[in-house]
Amino acid sequence: MTFLPSASILKSYMADPIYTYHVLFVALFVAIAVIFAVLPLVLQRFIAPKKPSVIKNSPYECGLESVGDPWVRFRVQYYLYALLFVIFDVEVVFIYPWAVALRELGAWAFIEMVIFLGILALGLAYAWKKGVLEW
Amino acid sequence: MAIDEGLKHELRRQGIVVMKLEELYNWGRRSSIWPMQFGLACCAIEMIATACARYDIARFGAELFRASPRQADLMIVAGTVTKKMAPQVVRLYNQMAEPKYVVAMGACAISGGPFNRGYNVLKGIDRYIPVDVHVPGCPPTPQALLDGLMKLQEKIDTQHLADVEWYSRAAPREYPVPRFGPRGLEPQYNPHVWQPPEPTGIYLSSKPKEQKRTPTAATT
Repeated sequence: MTFLPSASILKSYMADPIYTYHVLFVALFVAIAVIFAVLPLVLQRFIAPKKPSVIKNSPYECGLESVGDPWVRFRVQYYLYALLFVIFDVEVVFIYPWAVALRELGAWAFIEMVIFLGILALGLAYAWKKGVLEW
Repeated sequence: MAIDEGLKHELRRQGIVVMKLEELYNWGRRSSIWPMQFGLACCAIEMIATACARYDIARFGAELFRASPRQADLMIVAGTVTKKMAPQVVRLYNQMAEPKYVVAMGACAISGGPFNRGYNVLKGIDRYIPVDVHVPGCPPTPQALLDGLMKLQEKIDTQHLADVEWYSRAAPREYPVPRFGPRGLEPQYNPHVWQPPEPTGIYLSSKPKEQKRTPTAATT
C-alpha cells in the first residue's frame, strides 16, 4: 500500500483532463482489442456449420488410423546410442571449417584433427566393446 | 424484395456495391477456396505448377494449400487413386470441415484413366465421395485446373444459404470409408453417391450368349 499514490495526489491526477484523456484512450484500445478478438469467436458460433463425426474428431488429421498406444517405452540403451550419435554429429561441425581452411592451416592442423578423430574412435571402440551398440 | 438491377448498376457506378447477405457469403467463400495439399500421382506436378508463379492460382484466392484437412475447403484429387489409397482419401475427405468440395483432376481420378483395366486402381473417386468438378486430361494442363476452379466458383455462386446441405441436419455427417482387403475394396462403391451405370449397347448384345451357357436357359 505504501507505493500507491496518496488519495490527494490521485484526486489531482483525475482532475487533470489530459490524464483522463490518456486513460480513456487506453480504455478504448483495450475495448477494441477485446471486441476484435471476441467477435469472430461469437460469429463463428452462428455461422460455422457443425457436423462432428467420429473420424473428424479423431486426434490426428491423417488418412491413416492411428495404431497402438502413444506411450511407447524406449529402452534406456537408446539414450547412450543417441549420445554417441550426437558426438559424431558435432564432430562433423568441427570437420567442415577445418576442411575448408586446411590448406592455410598446414600439416599440423591435419595431425591435430587425426588425433581428435583418434580419440573419438577410441571412445567409439570402448562403447562398442561395452555393448552400447547392441540391444 | 429484390433490388432493381438498373438501380444496382447505377449505384455501382457511383461506387456503392449493393448485395444480398447470401451473395456476400458466397463471394467470401468463392474467393478463398483453400485446397488441401496432397497429390497422388503425376497430376500433382501440374497442380504444383498451377500454384507456382507462371499460372498463379493466387489470382483466384486458392493459393493457400493447407497441409491439414481441417483447414481445407477443397480436395483436389490429383492423380491415380489406387485401391490401397482410396480409404485414406475418403478418411481425409471426412476430416475436412464443411462446406467442402472435391475436384477430380485427371482421367485417373475420374475413371481410372489409362489404368482403368488395372487390378488395383479405383475406377473413379466419385464412387466414394461426391465430386463437384471433373477436370479431364492426362494430365490436365494448369489452365484446365484453373478452369475447373472457376467452374467450382460458379457452383458456389449459385448455392443458396437456405437449402445448402451443410446447415441441414439430414445430410450425412460421414461418408463410409471402404476397407481394403484381399478382395479389393469393400464396399465397392457408396450407393448414396454413385450407382453402377445401366447396361447398354455392348452389354445388351452379349446377353443372349450368356443365357445359352446357363443350364436353366438351355432346358427352357
